Amino acid sequence: MTRTANTALSFSDEQAMLLESAKGFCGDKSDSNAVRSLLKSESGYNPAVWNEMVALGWTGIAIPEQYGGFAMGLGSTVPVVESMGRYLLGTPFIATTLAAQALLRGGSEAQREKWLPAIVEGAVGSMALLDNEDWGAKLCSVSATDNTAISDSGILLTGKKLLVADATVADFFVVSINHGGNPALAIVDASQLGADAISANTLIDETKRAATVDFSGVTVSPDALLPHSEQALKDVRLIGALLTAAEATGTSAATLDCIVSYLTSRIQFGRLIGSYQSLKHPTVDILLQMDSARSLIYHAATVLDEGPVSEDAEIACRMAKAQATETLLFAGDRAVQFHGGMGFTYDCDAMLYIRRAQWAQHQYGDAQHHRLHLAKLLLD
Amino acid sequence: MSRNNPSQPSPNAIHDSAEQTQFRAQVAAWLEDNRPADPGFLLPQTFMEVGSEPVLDFLREWQHRVWSAGYLGMAWPKQYGGQGMSRDFQRIADEEMKRLQVPICFNVIGLGWAGPLILDNGSDYEKEKYLKGILNAEDIWCQGFSEPNHGSDLGSIQTRAERDGDDYIINGSKIWTTMGNYAKYMILLARTDPQAERRYNGLSFFLAPMHTGGITTQPIQKITGEYGFTETFFSDARIPANCIMGEEGQGWRIAMQTLQYERGAEAGAAGGISILSIVMDDLIKMAAEIEREGQPLLQDPVTRDNLVKFMIEEKALQLAEKRSDIAALCRDYPNSLALSGKLRSTEFFRRMRQHALTLQGAQGSLYVGDKDTIGGGFWQRAYLNNFSTTIGGGTSQVQANIIGEHVLGLPKD
Repeated sequence: MTRTANTALSFSDEQAMLLESAKGFCGDKSDSNAVRSLLKSESGYNPAVWNEMVALGWTGIAIPEQYGGFAMGLGSTVPVVESMGRYLLGTPFIATTLAAQALLRGGSEAQREKWLPAIVEGAVGSMALLDNEDWGAKLCSVSATDNTAISDSGILLTGKKLLVADATVADFFVVSINHGGNPALAIVDASQLGADAISANTLIDETKRAATVDFSGVTVSPDALLPHSEQALKDVRLIGALLTAAEATGTSAATLDCIVSYLTSRIQFGRLIGSYQSLKHPTVDILLQMDSARSLIYHAATVLDEGPVSEDAEIACRMAKAQATETLLFAGDRAVQFHGGMGFTYDCDAMLYIRRAQWAQHQYGDAQHHRLHLAKLLLD
Repeated sequence: MSRNNPSQPSPNAIHDSAEQTQFRAQVAAWLEDNRPADPGFLLPQTFMEVGSEPVLDFLREWQHRVWSAGYLGMAWPKQYGGQGMSRDFQRIADEEMKRLQVPICFNVIGLGWAGPLILDNGSDYEKEKYLKGILNAEDIWCQGFSEPNHGSDLGSIQTRAERDGDDYIINGSKIWTTMGNYAKYMILLARTDPQAERRYNGLSFFLAPMHTGGITTQPIQKITGEYGFTETFFSDARIPANCIMGEEGQGWRIAMQTLQYERGAEAGAAGGISILSIVMDDLIKMAAEIEREGQPLLQDPVTRDNLVKFMIEEKALQLAEKRSDIAALCRDYPNSLALSGKLRSTEFFRRMRQHALTLQGAQGSLYVGDKDTIGGGFWQRAYLNNFSTTIGGGTSQVQANIIGEHVLGLPKD
């Protein structure tokens, strides 16, 4: 029962510089007007901003030098993602980072050489995992029929994946499939999909993009399978949880700022409303919870490395996700309420935050999902 | 906070030098050999629970023994009863005391507040007079800051100290004086100049002898039914003028300096553990031992979810201290972690301890003294005593106001 004893937390000067510059960049590129101007757009992001991020090297942060990256590790991705969350900057950054991690952790040398340098240069990848609403499921409903023995035609995929992030702009997908009863990961090039394979979702969070992707009829060769699928799938799900937590924590900070700004300017019954303890104290609760979330995400960023995700790192990622998305749910909910009538309107930015909260809680498993797994890790 | 698992080495042991490793083993062996027999009462978890003579005598003897063995005051100068060694050795000794869950070193106001203050600010005479008695527990110290009706607002202190020849005459009253009825000395904050333009400038700080005519104490029965605090009354009590520390009017500054030592009470220069900490492992252990329908309670899904929630919170608390040292991760609200630590930890423990009673089922309605209580009623007492931390030193509600106003910049009421 000493499995919570790891309290490692460090942050290098390099990470600190990255955090500052990412905060500055995201703030410049993604103010409220910029965010709102993209809400109805097809891709959900500004390609010029994405190209600048690529030029800054962010897409290569966690990719080894041999593939053209900067080998700074996921610990340096976390402050970038937190900054993106703070300004609701829409890009395929998280989706692509996760696809890259899947290849790094489970891919063959040929697969890495094909895709990782392309990712550094701005190619977009996305994980296609979800079979239904349940992140606790095995994620292998896409069936794989192995025809290689009979006809050379390879492995035929049949089935759909739900809520595939940034699917319409993805250059490739890493799909979890049912390979002889077990989950495996396969790379599918976007060009292999049928014309109507991608059907975009209407999401509660209008800053995000996701789609149902039908992989039926796609045939992949055996060398499209990741040789170490099982480990990669496990790791990517945890890293996905952490990056979602980091992004959500940035958004919680923005939500808190939004609340504080209203509480220090809005006058009702002759007083600034922030002087009422019924508003002041829950706002302090949001701060305290955000502080917890931030401590937990940077702890996870500290203990995670390029090797298979350790038990300590798994605990850290799950705790970070459980804390961060519950914090944002609370902060977003209170942000709407505390803005009164304004909060009920589409013009109020609280709308953006509460919608993001619903999205974030369901990415890579909600709080209860992670606590269920934590109970096994910590109590048995 | 750290794990209290006597069978596990202290987590810091891996950083020990060869000499320190040897020292750690030596302390552990001594503690195992000298651990006092079960006194037949529930050991105090903090120095605020010394409510009877047998408890006092037991703790006094224990602290004296720890000091005699050389494991207390290790970083204090030799001439004043210390060992003149580096603080690392005291830290290691404290870690071992904590790990092995031996009784507390109870003279906390002396060890953690008055002692460091005298070491930093005191004259040679004062060091000679007071320090050794703090370490060997012959002289118990108490603290006279809070007053009835003023809670933790020290600026409003009304107790008067009037200069009269070679004495100060003290009039007024203090409340929540820990061990007031047993203490020989009090660190006393009193008003010497009621006319001072700023009310903080009218205060002075005294090392006051308690065995003085005109000083009386009235024990306060706590929510637990036990004692541990007194109300202390001053009625024309004359104390020598040289009891003042610093100059007249410097009381506030010295009091603030003293409160800074409070944080170091456990890990500070004097050493000795000041609390028997209760951690998540204790709660989990209890849940593993309780049975429901032939299964450990620990297998119940709702119980598990609740325990994990507490563990996440505990982890975040442990991490907060480390993150507060990393400025780059505290840019939003730089004072947030420092100012919220008390609120977060005391409220966490309050809820965690209450939850222990909930998990006990009907046994949670028993109390200390009933033979069927779990752990002698340890959790019951711990929960009720925990209110001293969410109320004392500024209530949680006042803390929330302070954080709201000073960290977030929200307007005052």
